[in-house]
Amino acid sequence: MDGLVIKAGGWLALALLALVMAALAVDAPFAVHMGIVAVAALAVLWATVSQADYGAMARGLLKMPASESVYDDDPVRWGVIATLFWGIAGMGAGLFIALQLAFPALNFNLEYTTFGRLRPLHTSAVIFAFGGNALIATSFYVVQRTCRARLAFPKLARFVFWGYQLFIVLAATGYLMGVTAAKEYAEPEWYVDLWLTIVWVAYLAVFVGTIVKRREPHIYVANWFYLSFIITIAMLHIVNNLSMPASILGSKSYAAFAGVQDALTQWWYGHNAVGFFLTAGFLAMMYYFVPKQAERPVYSYRLSIIHFWSLIFLYIWAGPHHLHYTALPDWAQTLGMVFSIMLWMPSWGGMINGLMTLNGAWDKIRTDPIIRMMVMALAFYGMSTFEGPMMSIKWVNSMSHYTDWTIGHVHSGALGWNGMITFACVYYLVPRLWGRERLYSLRMVNWHFWLATVGIVFYAASMWVAGIMQGLMWREYGADGYLVYSFAESVAAMHPMYLIRAAGGAMYLAGFLIMIVNVWATLAGRVRAEKPMTETPYNAAADRPLVAVPAE
Amino acid sequence: MNYNDLRHFADSWGLLAMTILFLGLVAWPFRKGARRRNEEAATMIFKDDDHG
Repeated sequence: MDGLVIKAGGWLALALLALVMAALAVDAPFAVHMGIVAVAALAVLWATVSQADYGAMARGLLKMPASESVYDDDPVRWGVIATLFWGIAGMGAGLFIALQLAFPALNFNLEYTTFGRLRPLHTSAVIFAFGGNALIATSFYVVQRTCRARLAFPKLARFVFWGYQLFIVLAATGYLMGVTAAKEYAEPEWYVDLWLTIVWVAYLAVFVGTIVKRREPHIYVANWFYLSFIITIAMLHIVNNLSMPASILGSKSYAAFAGVQDALTQWWYGHNAVGFFLTAGFLAMMYYFVPKQAERPVYSYRLSIIHFWSLIFLYIWAGPHHLHYTALPDWAQTLGMVFSIMLWMPSWGGMINGLMTLNGAWDKIRTDPIIRMMVMALAFYGMSTFEGPMMSIKWVNSMSHYTDWTIGHVHSGALGWNGMITFACVYYLVPRLWGRERLYSLRMVNWHFWLATVGIVFYAASMWVAGIMQGLMWREYGADGYLVYSFAESVAAMHPMYLIRAAGGAMYLAGFLIMIVNVWATLAGRVRAEKPMTETPYNAAADRPLVAVPAE
Repeated sequence: MNYNDLRHFADSWGLLAMTILFLGLVAWPFRKGARRRNEEAATMIFKDDDHG
């Protein structure tokens, strides 16, 4: 009982401290954020008090530790639901800003709904909220299964989940209020960065703790990828966000670096966020869920080790390709380009390993829509990891940089690879985590697959055309040495491409909404009566031996 | 230690150490007896599967 009182008192004190900071804040967004922190602390206080087992305390019983013979899947279940929830927010915001580009009136002439504020909301929501929750949930699921051990530090694991949601809420509301560190994919300000650092260290402790208590001699390769993702993101996040707050009670800070050093640190961070968050982390998902769904071991375990170390050693140098033809020294640009091109090989090592896992079971692509999604994810991974090195070549980059081709490239990777593999993993997890016989509907998974695939094709194709058109229009000189097109003319020329892109995004979102319905119905315990995806053709009349018929 | 010392270290001994480390790590799965261990590791995710 004493412990409970101390805990509850601590949360109350934290809430009061946040309220005091809100009252003393030097700017309004900081006050709002401290208000959110106070509400979060009060929510934890309420949960602590209402969920305590008073009967057991009165009888003086010690709380029984949870059984070590079952996996701790509660944080995984919450993570799956959070993935879907933030997915709707992030993809909805994406569609909305795509429409803003085609129809600027949708900015509503309101500071909170301008493209500049909603764009980081979209990118952070899909990468860190949708993707991050998927990574945390699947990593907790996979590390337990592959270590054959219950999650270490169960309370810390719950803190990781809820702490990460608080980070997302603070980041997202900050963007809407115009709080930004002005670093792409690292927009949250200093206090939100500090909070994420605490959450991330807790995440590392839970993950490593579980590996340490494993009952298996090997550390399965998926855990290598998860671990590299967790460690590298910690390093990138801390270095890139080194800054000095203007006030301890305000939301503004100044970066520790300036000029080209700041730019290079930012893109060292930015590109490795792609490399270790969106690649290594999702490859970890691939290395567990693709073999499990295909019911075959990974094609080559040896290849998985080789391409793991190659990714680790090469990725970290590729960042400068974001700064071609800038103030960055020429040798650094060339270094970034060379390492980016070398990255093509380990990337395709992963793709080949995933695809060839289906060797001998290719028919599953026809009969199992989840496998089909995984194969499409790997195909898009292969495509975008070919496109990326190509775009990093300075000669190509001189035309593609700052155009919509880059946006198309990012989305063929994000929608095709990260989105599709996440959908497939969630479809794999949901019936297992909630003890259902199967998903509500496999045919709806098939609909999701086709809507998403066709949506990405519309998206990527329109952005290729838009990007190349922009690149060529911007560099078109007339005979007398003047630029032929004004910038506004290139914007006007984009309009049809922006409409096609928005249509592709709408299809992708529609497929995702079908997924929400499907998962919702599965959780409700319903099973749709539907024609199976594959038939077993059998004709009893024809299935008999030939008997010689005597001549008449 | 100034910038020049660091960069000379980076493109001499640092580079050599990283290259040797990388080659060693890549050669590791080719060592004797690795095939059996790799096979075990690759198939362990199917052991005593309670989820089917």
